Amino acid sequence: MRHLLTPRAILLASALAIAPAAYAETPADTLVVAHAIDDIISLDPAQTFEFAGNDVNNNTYSRLVEFDPMDLDAGFQPSLAESWEVSDDGMSITFRIRDGVTFHSGNPVRAEDAAWSLQRAVKLDQTPSFILTQFGFTPENVDEKITFDDSSLTLHLDQPYAPSFVLNCLTAKVASVVDKELVMANAEGDDYGHAWLNTNEAGSGPYTLAGWRPNEAVQLTAYEDYFGGAPEMKRVIVRNIPESSAQRLLLEQGDIDVARSLSPTDVEGVSGADGVKIQDEPRGRMMYMGLNQKNELLSNPAMIEAMKYLVNYEGIAGTLLKGTFVPHQSFLPKGYLGALDDMPYSYDPEKAKQILTDAGITSGEITTNVRDLREYVDVAQALQASMAEVGITLNIQQMTGAQVLDAYRAREVPIFIGEWGPDYADPNTNAATFAYNPDNSDEAKATGLLAWRNAYAVPEAMGQATVAATLEQDTAKRADMYVELQKQYQAEAPLIPMFQRIEATGLRDNVENWNSGRAVTSAMYWQVTKGE
Amino acid sequence: MGGTILSLALTLLGLLLVTFIIGRVMPVDPVLKVVGDRATQAQYDAAYQAMGLDQPLYIQFVRYLSDVLSGDFGRSISTGQLVVDDIRRVFPATVELATLGTLIGVLVGVPLGVIAAARRGGWIDQVARVVALIGYSMPIFWLGLMGLLIFYGILGWVGGPGRQGIIYDGMVPDVTGMILIDSLLARDWAAFRDAFSHIILPASLLGYYSLAYISRMTRSFMLEQLSAEYITTARVKGLPERKVIWRHAFRNIAIPLVTVIALSFGSLLEGSVLTEIIFSWPGLGQYITKALLAGDMNAVLGGTIVIGVCFVTLNLLSDLLYRVLDPRST
Repeated sequence: MRHLLTPRAILLASALAIAPAAYAETPADTLVVAHAIDDIISLDPAQTFEFAGNDVNNNTYSRLVEFDPMDLDAGFQPSLAESWEVSDDGMSITFRIRDGVTFHSGNPVRAEDAAWSLQRAVKLDQTPSFILTQFGFTPENVDEKITFDDSSLTLHLDQPYAPSFVLNCLTAKVASVVDKELVMANAEGDDYGHAWLNTNEAGSGPYTLAGWRPNEAVQLTAYEDYFGGAPEMKRVIVRNIPESSAQRLLLEQGDIDVARSLSPTDVEGVSGADGVKIQDEPRGRMMYMGLNQKNELLSNPAMIEAMKYLVNYEGIAGTLLKGTFVPHQSFLPKGYLGALDDMPYSYDPEKAKQILTDAGITSGEITTNVRDLREYVDVAQALQASMAEVGITLNIQQMTGAQVLDAYRAREVPIFIGEWGPDYADPNTNAATFAYNPDNSDEAKATGLLAWRNAYAVPEAMGQATVAATLEQDTAKRADMYVELQKQYQAEAPLIPMFQRIEATGLRDNVENWNSGRAVTSAMYWQVTKGE
Repeated sequence: MGGTILSLALTLLGLLLVTFIIGRVMPVDPVLKVVGDRATQAQYDAAYQAMGLDQPLYIQFVRYLSDVLSGDFGRSISTGQLVVDDIRRVFPATVELATLGTLIGVLVGVPLGVIAAARRGGWIDQVARVVALIGYSMPIFWLGLMGLLIFYGILGWVGGPGRQGIIYDGMVPDVTGMILIDSLLARDWAAFRDAFSHIILPASLLGYYSLAYISRMTRSFMLEQLSAEYITTARVKGLPERKVIWRHAFRNIAIPLVTVIALSFGSLLEGSVLTEIIFSWPGLGQYITKALLAGDMNAVLGGTIVIGVCFVTLNLLSDLLYRVLDPRST
């Protein structure tokens, strides 16, 4: 029998011993997603503001109004609020709360819970709280401004805001309705249960949180009593697999259903593979260029105009960004109310040169900081080359993301190349940061405003138009106002929107109705099905 | 013995101090990681104070030290969890991987080194040399990716990235945090086989690197012994070569070999960062790297202490083993 123990036979035998464990498809009722989820530092909806955390909250909590994952274009839809009514003077909105909905704990969802959740987020004053406080709520007055009775809840606003503005903001994760009884039972001191909610969940959404291991995995279990109907996927597992090549392998082998961080190369590689499909979705992130108005050269209107002709929009999107971005030249991403699709600028160094010569500019030198990420450096170098054609030298200093951000917030980056993602589903989210800057002094420290970071003193009329658009009751008129605003902005502003992000998701063939949230919201799992 | 422990304590303190200073001068703003880019100045300032960053450096360090001495390693800003809990979760994953890696390194590397020395210049020696050369010079991420592509992607012999297949995730009760051991304790053979199929590739990769080192060291120790007089005497007495090598020479290299193995184990504990990243292995290396990039000093310092204590303990253990193996040294 000696011949049986040849090295070849041993190899074969050990392969067979292991092989049967490899690698059936994922179970039919389980959705397995690979993603980079290492940005989650809290699961409390009053604090969570990063992508992966929002994905979790979107599926575990319900809000007064929400998007329909099968029809995002329809905008906000009734959810825990079955209807609402705006007062004649536009100063208050009353929501009627749906009957018979329960939290995961079994407690009924009451108007009191909804009111308390919003009050709580305002009082905790974490970063996303501004989405609510922009309606005039403060920790001191919020108890009087948000009132409730048995079946309804009323928001008392400080201005007659556009109802679409208020309702769009209520789709944000910070407006999630939490289970007051359960949370207060776990509160420590006066933290409103913040410490507990960092790692636990108290919602009424389609999924319950089965577990979160930081940097490792999030597990969700279907909530059978979900008022919108129990989800078909009984378990959702989101694994932290940041490496694109690893995601690709797992997807090809059928060990995962969804790969969310594929690089352009891997998207291309996986496209021809058996059993795999690619789904492109335009997301809300914009890549833009900010020209710091403290810089003498960059504050010259001719220079601002010329720069818009020095960006090789098509070339950069195709060659350098490899389809992860598409050209887009207005500050509202496609998918937003009133988003402007016009692209008046194209790569034209001759024209740029003419504009500069007419203004008496024939040379110049600028030194700027660029984040040491491949795509930003690539874009900066492309710009460097086209600026050289009009006689202007661009020096690039590479820095880490944190360093560039520090400098940017201190108004010290001459030409900033970076991305901006909207904070909530209303056009005001970008209008209020790109086209609004009431106090351009250094002392104002308005670090949250992109206009301020670039020392752009937004013209008073434009600032007023931005505010006026938040007050227009007629939604169609409101959309027109944003279109006008973007046209003016496009023509004169020193912040230059260039590209909108396209996310390519790798899916197994049988996964239907996947939705990453497009430009306006986060990933949604409860509509996902798996066919044969 | 008391002196040894004191000097080890001082070593640890020095390690902490240096790490602390590097962390504080690093151009990363940990506050932004916590409050995010969109925070107002007031929210930023509040977090800055809450994190104690408004205090002078030496006060921050003294505070940190006194917290550590009372067992409080603080909260990580990149996971939002207590550092102690984080480390309890990620460290067993690394220990499991490093142990299996070292085991493979020893089981293959030691015999290879011995035989290479005994058959000096023969084909086994040549093979050992090439194996070691590749081990030293090939980038680990490349080998890792190739391994995944071939053994997982094409052949399907082993499990993919991660510690477990998805259906086994969280199914085995957590006792030691080492899934191989936990699944044995639970007598869950399917889970064991699954975990084994996931660990075998990264462990072999680490094992390969440590065997490259171990076999070279074994070979040179062996050569030294084989040219010694007592070996010649033994041969002259007509002892069979096998006995000469394994009974006499090998026994004498066992002692320095223990140190080599301990060192190699220690470096796998702290140095498997790339392997952990390629294989999505949620271990200590990955944890510290991420923390460092986020300016998350509580996590970095906590991880540093664990690595420091490991090295110190490994040193102590190999010291003790010396005494057991070689009574003369006491």
